[in-house]
Amino acid sequence: MSRIDDYRRVSGPGAVDFVLRLAEQVQGRRVLHVTGGRLGGGAAETLRAMVPILAELGIDARWEVTGGDAGYYLTARALQAALEGAERGPSEEGLARWADMNRLNGKKLDLGADLISVHDTQPASLVSARNAGRWVWRCHVDCSAARADNWAAFRQFADQYDAAVFPMPGFESRLDIPMFVIAPSIDPLAERNRDLTPREINETLGGLGVARDKPLLVQIAPFTQAHDPLGVVDAYRLVKQHHDVRLALAGTTDGEPDRLELLTQLREIAHQDSDVVVLELPAEAHRQINALQRAATIVLQKSVRAWFDLGPAEAMWKGKPVVGGYAGGLAPQIIPNVTGYAVHSVEGAAFRIRHLLNNPELIPRMGAAGREHVRRSFLITRQLVDELALAIHLLR
Amino acid sequence: MRTAARPLHFAGCVELRQTLDVHAHDERELMSRIAEVPADSIYFHTFGYFLRHHPQTTAYGNDFARWAALEIGDRALAERLAVVDPFAFPRLDALRDHLVSILSDHLQRHTVGGRLEFDRAFHFQRSHIVEVPLGLDATSLAEFRAGLARVDESAIYLHTVETRVRARRAESFTTWLADALGMPELAERFARADPYLTALERARGRLLGFVDEALEDERR
Repeated sequence: MSRIDDYRRVSGPGAVDFVLRLAEQVQGRRVLHVTGGRLGGGAAETLRAMVPILAELGIDARWEVTGGDAGYYLTARALQAALEGAERGPSEEGLARWADMNRLNGKKLDLGADLISVHDTQPASLVSARNAGRWVWRCHVDCSAARADNWAAFRQFADQYDAAVFPMPGFESRLDIPMFVIAPSIDPLAERNRDLTPREINETLGGLGVARDKPLLVQIAPFTQAHDPLGVVDAYRLVKQHHDVRLALAGTTDGEPDRLELLTQLREIAHQDSDVVVLELPAEAHRQINALQRAATIVLQKSVRAWFDLGPAEAMWKGKPVVGGYAGGLAPQIIPNVTGYAVHSVEGAAFRIRHLLNNPELIPRMGAAGREHVRRSFLITRQLVDELALAIHLLR
Repeated sequence: MRTAARPLHFAGCVELRQTLDVHAHDERELMSRIAEVPADSIYFHTFGYFLRHHPQTTAYGNDFARWAALEIGDRALAERLAVVDPFAFPRLDALRDHLVSILSDHLQRHTVGGRLEFDRAFHFQRSHIVEVPLGLDATSLAEFRAGLARVDESAIYLHTVETRVRARRAESFTTWLADALGMPELAERFARADPYLTALERARGRLLGFVDEALEDERR
């Protein structure tokens, strides 16, 4: 577990001292985070690093999780999908049962705090049990395309909060409460992002069966249509007409049928082309993902729908230029022509990859600019500053 | 070495961003939204640009010009918006009116392109500035120089841009230099320093140069 002082060597001059100064205004206050679980990426991954640091800064920080029966989780997932634009939302009975379960959660959990941050949809209706403190709903997905009826059903809970927080402007839908913006961040000291020695990289890639004898294109993303791995293969084939490169696609399926079907197609492609490597990696394969990103010549994130995936930030932290889709939270991460390129098509992706391979001096230059961009804007120390500022603002 | 009538308390700041759920998909919508959003939002997208801009980003001067260049792809409009110097306007409403007049004039001469997808729309925001006392005080020019050299760069923004336009607990450098330290000439140089289109670190370097010259003058 990293301590706040450990970040001095990676987060830039004065960043940690600034966090310490800011934290003085929140010391002794009780801050509670509530999520639907402690495992997985996204908010849980950030909280695993952040909650101990908040405690170290003198803030009474805690983290609770809600739980329930199988129907509770099903409804929560359906509600989350509905907020992200799925046509069908949960049934009224399901919603009522989910809210009942959260009432029970509210009785079991210690919700006594000055600031209570409730993350995503699963625990969202806990706010109905509020009796003290300031309550903030933390939304980590893009709700802008939520269907009106589904959003209206959810608003009965969301509008009971004092504020909401979205990862970027444009991810919100209409609410009657202030909506703040805090971008997510990466932990530069975590296994997924820490420095690796050349030997560690070679050994890890050897274990994955990825040779390093030619320029390597890497995309790390779940095997879903939203991340367009087949489009990446098409772009690779266009590049391959001019450059002898290798493509590594690494991702998860989570056992979902449509993802497994996509993985089967990709494996068939890899079977016919030995320069395509397809790796099904669990989300917690941090060392492998780290090594793949560090071994890459160019990192791709050709998503067509991307929420706020931090893949580009992770890659840029490792000094890699990123060719990414023009979707969701990718845009604020990739500064066009400076840290990489945002593209709209397979042909566009291939064009930008060829441009970089034909002008190799751009690769380290963009990589260095990307690392600096991430240092300023997407490290956990920046998010700590935003989180503390939110607490100060709401607890005034 | 003269002593200030009151100490300068260096403070940094954090910009807590708030989205307004107000969006523009083309130049015409941008104009009408600029005309109606809260003045704080005009401030965020113009003066606030100085806090967020750094050398890795490409300088456009304000968020409106950046959007016109990168998303609309209208270089002529981007240029007209970029050259608007927010410091030249006594009030935010005057700045707002000027931006609207640029867009209105542009729309009369040019055909608006298609509406952008929502991902590429202009999303209006405002911010709440949280001041952060840095535990550094100055009661002399030498102490001021030492503080200026080491404070977080957000302090440069707070003491030069933010305090110049909006009332804050922190004191502007120019007010302190003129009123507390009795150095109106140096204050005038600070006031005239062009913060436009530069990163805060570069602005810091320029201000340090002014202080060094003043210290040299004092030593003579």
